[in-house]
Amino acid sequence: MFDMIISTMTQGFIYALLAYGIYITYKILDFPDLTVDGSFPLGAAVTAVLLVRGVNPYLTLLAAAAVGAVAGLCTGLIHVKCRVRDLLAGIITMTGLYSINLQIAGSNLTVERAIDTIFTAPPVMAVLGDTTLMVRKFIISFLLAVLGKIIMDLYLKTKSGLLLRAVGNNAALVTTLAKDKGNMKILGLVIANAFVALSGAVVCHEQRAFSATMGTGQMVFGLAAVIIGSTIFKKFDFVKGTTAVVVGSVLYKACIQVAINLGLPANLLKLITSVLFLVVLVLGNATGKEKADA
Amino acid sequence: MLELKHITKIYNPGTVTETCVFNDFNLAVDNGSFVSVVGSNGSGKTSMLNIICGNIPISQGKVVINGVNINSQKDFRRYRTIGRVYQDPAMGTCPDLTILENMSLADNKGKRFGLSRGINRRRAPFYKEQLAALNLGLEDKLSVKMGSLSGGQRQAVALLMATMTSLDFLILDEHTAALDPKTADTIMGLTDKIIREKKLTAIMVTHNLRYAVEYGDRLIMMDKGQVVIDKSGEEKKALTVDDVLHVFNTISIECGN
Repeated sequence: MFDMIISTMTQGFIYALLAYGIYITYKILDFPDLTVDGSFPLGAAVTAVLLVRGVNPYLTLLAAAAVGAVAGLCTGLIHVKCRVRDLLAGIITMTGLYSINLQIAGSNLTVERAIDTIFTAPPVMAVLGDTTLMVRKFIISFLLAVLGKIIMDLYLKTKSGLLLRAVGNNAALVTTLAKDKGNMKILGLVIANAFVALSGAVVCHEQRAFSATMGTGQMVFGLAAVIIGSTIFKKFDFVKGTTAVVVGSVLYKACIQVAINLGLPANLLKLITSVLFLVVLVLGNATGKEKADA
Repeated sequence: MLELKHITKIYNPGTVTETCVFNDFNLAVDNGSFVSVVGSNGSGKTSMLNIICGNIPISQGKVVINGVNINSQKDFRRYRTIGRVYQDPAMGTCPDLTILENMSLADNKGKRFGLSRGINRRRAPFYKEQLAALNLGLEDKLSVKMGSLSGGQRQAVALLMATMTSLDFLILDEHTAALDPKTADTIMGLTDKIIREKKLTAIMVTHNLRYAVEYGDRLIMMDKGQVVIDKSGEEKKALTVDDVLHVFNTISIECGN
């Protein structure tokens, strides 16, 4: 039982990185970014290949974030410069990325036990060598989620971050502030997909594997995490959006874990994910309505 | 000086809904003048503002500011020296950001939006002072979200934000039209005060003939893409609401409205 709680929370923290990305696109920019289902496995693919080639495991995280940023850039340029609708721009990049991921890593790629990951590399072992792999995964995922949160919070307080929030809120105002709203949207997509690919990279380290289909449903997961988090903390203004996202991510992973423990076959995982998402949306609407009626 | 030279603007060219708003339209606005623009719906007032700001492309003609042709400048470029307040109070501010955040954004207009702190606390006393001058009690609400303010309060802040940095032009697009009469009067008085204090060049489109007559040093009435009244100086001062209304009605009768 204890093990299960630890591993569920670990999953929640790893996927919180993905949820930060979706927080930027969905919550801040109001942009339904489907790139996610492609940029998440992209991060994993790049990581798997680099790990197999013997690259430092920590560097693979940076590399994954960088390629994720490029994926976001593509969607941004397609949307802003080619004037393609937001949803379609994401679908185009996502679909293209499927082939690119296959080109990078093949349909499946396993990282051998002998290769060090971010959970087993010497620097980590020096500090956490006495603990089990599971605890190390928990601690490192937690630290990554916290680090991601700090970076996000700091960024959103900068002038650039403030302008990003303004674009999603009132794009016309950004134009009158003599700034190109299109460029800000592109920037948001770049940051978001860097986070998403980073999350994919950590999952690759954790599972020691890449599979071409691992991106399916990640967008839905991220959306659910963001919506659960913001619904729970709606009445608490002092709780930062990023904190809410982490809580949402852990809770959603827990819900899925509970469903599996109740005996639902693993093949139904994505179905569970989407049905739970629907439940979250309906509940969110219900609480929103109460507020409007009051 | 702002010059609109030989402007032609056709909406939906080549289709059955083709509408010609301007055919060889010309207007010059001197620096430091405050121009009120009136005219019925569809007379081209808002189109004119959108052409100046670069929001809509023109079919022919030139937009010239201080001798420089700005036709090729995109809208966001032009806003470096143009401030604009819209009819809808929600357009001029960000509802989910606080007053302080909104004012900080406006304060940074024309500068880089980099990775330095978005909010400069040292500027807060200055923002408070500006807000206090509005007499709306907003100076103690810096950390309140813009969205929770009333339309009039938002419009007042939008006006402050639009005029915070140095401008060539202030564009007022029926900015009192969505407000109740009393609030509209307050905002109008405030607008006049800011324009006088900062010696701004302003173009105000309004449906309120009284404002157009009372405020500003030049009045223009537009009809079907043409200037039908253009009074400034002593002539403008002698102008009454009835005079303007008379012309307005004459046009309306001709059109069968």
